[in-house]
Amino acid sequence: MKTSLDIGSLHLKNRVLVASGTFGYGTEAATFTDVTLGGIVTKSVSLEPRAGNPPSRIAETASGMLNSIGLANVGVEAFLREKMPPLRELDTAIIANIAASSVNEYLEVMKRMEDEPGIDAYEINVSCPNVKDGGLQFGTSCSATAEVVRALRPHTRRPLIIKLTPNVTRISEFALACQEEGADAVSMINTLVGMSINIYTRKPKLSTVTGGLSGPAIKPVALAKVFEASQVVSIPVIGIGGIASWEDAVEFLLAGASAVQVGTMNFIDPDTGVKITRGMEEYARKTGLDSLDELVGAMVLPEGASAPGIMKSSSKGHD
Amino acid sequence: MNKFQREVAITRNEPVARDTYALRVHFPELSAIVEPGQFVTMRVNDTLNPLLRRPYSVSRPIGDECEFLYYVIGKGTRILARKRVGDTVNILGPLGNSFGFNGDYETAVLVGGGIGVAPFPFLTSRLVDHGKKVVTFLGARTAEMVLSDNLVNLQVATDDGTAGFHGTVVDCMDDWFGAHSVAKPKIFSCGPTPMLAAVQSWSLGRGIPCELSLESEMACGFGICQGCPVEHRHAERTYALVCTDGPCFNAEDITFKRP
Ligand SMILES: Cc1cc2nc3c(=O)[nH]c(=O)nc-3n(C[C@H](O)[C@H](O)[C@H](O)COP(=O)(O)OP(=O)(O)OC[C@H]3O[C@@H](n4cnc5c(N)ncnc54)[C@H](O)[C@@H]3O)c2cc1C
Ligand SMILES: Cc1cc2nc3c(=O)[nH]c(=O)nc-3n(C[C@H](O)[C@H](O)[C@H](O)COP(=O)(O)O)c2cc1C
Ligand code: FES
Repeated sequence: MKTSLDIGSLHLKNRVLVASGTFGYGTEAATFTDVTLGGIVTKSVSLEPRAGNPPSRIAETASGMLNSIGLANVGVEAFLREKMPPLRELDTAIIANIAASSVNEYLEVMKRMEDEPGIDAYEINVSCPNVKDGGLQFGTSCSATAEVVRALRPHTRRPLIIKLTPNVTRISEFALACQEEGADAVSMINTLVGMSINIYTRKPKLSTVTGGLSGPAIKPVALAKVFEASQVVSIPVIGIGGIASWEDAVEFLLAGASAVQVGTMNFIDPDTGVKITRGMEEYARKTGLDSLDELVGAMVLPEGASAPGIMKSSSKGHD
Repeated sequence: MNKFQREVAITRNEPVARDTYALRVHFPELSAIVEPGQFVTMRVNDTLNPLLRRPYSVSRPIGDECEFLYYVIGKGTRILARKRVGDTVNILGPLGNSFGFNGDYETAVLVGGGIGVAPFPFLTSRLVDHGKKVVTFLGARTAEMVLSDNLVNLQVATDDGTAGFHGTVVDCMDDWFGAHSVAKPKIFSCGPTPMLAAVQSWSLGRGIPCELSLESEMACGFGICQGCPVEHRHAERTYALVCTDGPCFNAEDITFKRP
């Protein structure tokens, strides 16, 4: 049974990756977990180190959490010098996630990473909601998203995965724009803007007032976004959002994802990704599949149904 | 440092003070290597609500077992309080650093507020092993909430005056230092943030070495989410992580001021 997936030169030995910002730089969790994953997406790396936002950065919500980390990261130089050597040793694909506040900064960070042989692909974060200049100003403008891809594409032969935000009306337009500019894949979703208030102090629980919602609570939103995007693009869609079990992962494949990333659940059980890999393979074997590809987009739609918001003349939406 | 994630069996779970329970589990890998001040995170059930693990200090290792003290305050601790002997809980640990109990001082001054006394039984036994003098100041809201088991040389302060000193634990300690000569002290403190801030300014003002065990909201507990910052005292807007750089910090190194 085939479990692997190739996205250009990126070879994933299985369909389960760990999401940016939820597995550190890959080595922290490795001390007590078995890293048999399709890939590790690193914490977002920016040109200069970033200290991140003041406390409080975390608030728990119903089956989810809000974060306002503020892209705290070591910066590209320290990333290459200190974080890449141990990452290179791991038997899994390494995808470097890049965040920036200008097109030039994205390009500059990527160029510095080009000489590092251990990086298998880039994920471009145009969707961080927690810093003024964290990319969301790109991610919520279709033309700015396209501009980022257009600027990066000529300067690398490595696969470019563009990570999209759900905080837009039609994510399919953004996915299509990425495809047209030569992106190899899109991943979705980053966190949803949310907030939480302490009713006794009347203060917001996060220092930045709003933050990014993640975890099982957002899974239905993520599934709908993956479904919508995968209906219009031919490049692979990588599904992210609230995945906690192999059943969740299968659901994402059925909705149209070619692979998935596990985020928040790494905090609760660092072995979640490995367990999902095993569970999905067992499910595929039991149901007699030759390849997990057979599941991708294989949802059985009711007659006449299509994703709301998709640019198809027949679509009605459900306002 | 090795960490273990295990579904472990509960061997004791009973109230020891008002709204406060002692929870003991069979976890030999943990009890063999844990140091005073370190913590674990517990997943209280296998559903997705509550979602995050909860951090708890190891109160004391006892042979192959570890004991925790928890104060019932919300969703997670209410679930813990319903567990029975033989039930299991998923524990990950040990996490974080330990108190710097070695070193050049003679008298360990333990200052705890509320459930902040949790790590003190373990710390006390190590201090006694190392031949240190120990004096312990405990602050509680009321007499029924004083947790005095496995501690030595106790001075109690209560907010309502129902036991010991009527007032804050820091005032109690201040009085006591006024009336006694304390040989080469070092303070170890754990409790709510406002109390820690008061202990910090008290000790810095007198040039007494001091370690504080901090709390923070935590998502992971082992250094990957960056969710638990505390600001460096001498470098504004730069942060240490409570879960991996701490929870125990030198009072000189961190600041509680909020923007
Ligand atoms: C390193 C460390 C060690 C700890 N050791 C102990 C211990 O030994 N015994 C013990 O009882 N508790 C300890 N705590 C605190 C403990 O983690 C919380 O009591 C627990 O998370 C409460 O869970 P809950 O689900 O019952 O409450 P929740 O429903 O999560 O919260 C109830 C209320 O408490 C607030 N709250 C929750 N967690 C924290 C926190 N970490 N800091 C400040 N406010 C919070 C919430 O905002 C809410 O208002 C420790 C915390 C840390 C960081
Ligand atoms: C604490 C935290 C930090 C994150 N940091 C980043 C980041 O640096 N870059 C990024 O592209 N996404 C980041 N994310 C978003 C996740 O990668 C993921 O897209 C999102 O959390 C949804 O997936 P989940 O529900 O499985 O967590 C972060 C999420 C969390 C919870
Ligand atoms: S709790 Fe995640 S880094 Fe400290």
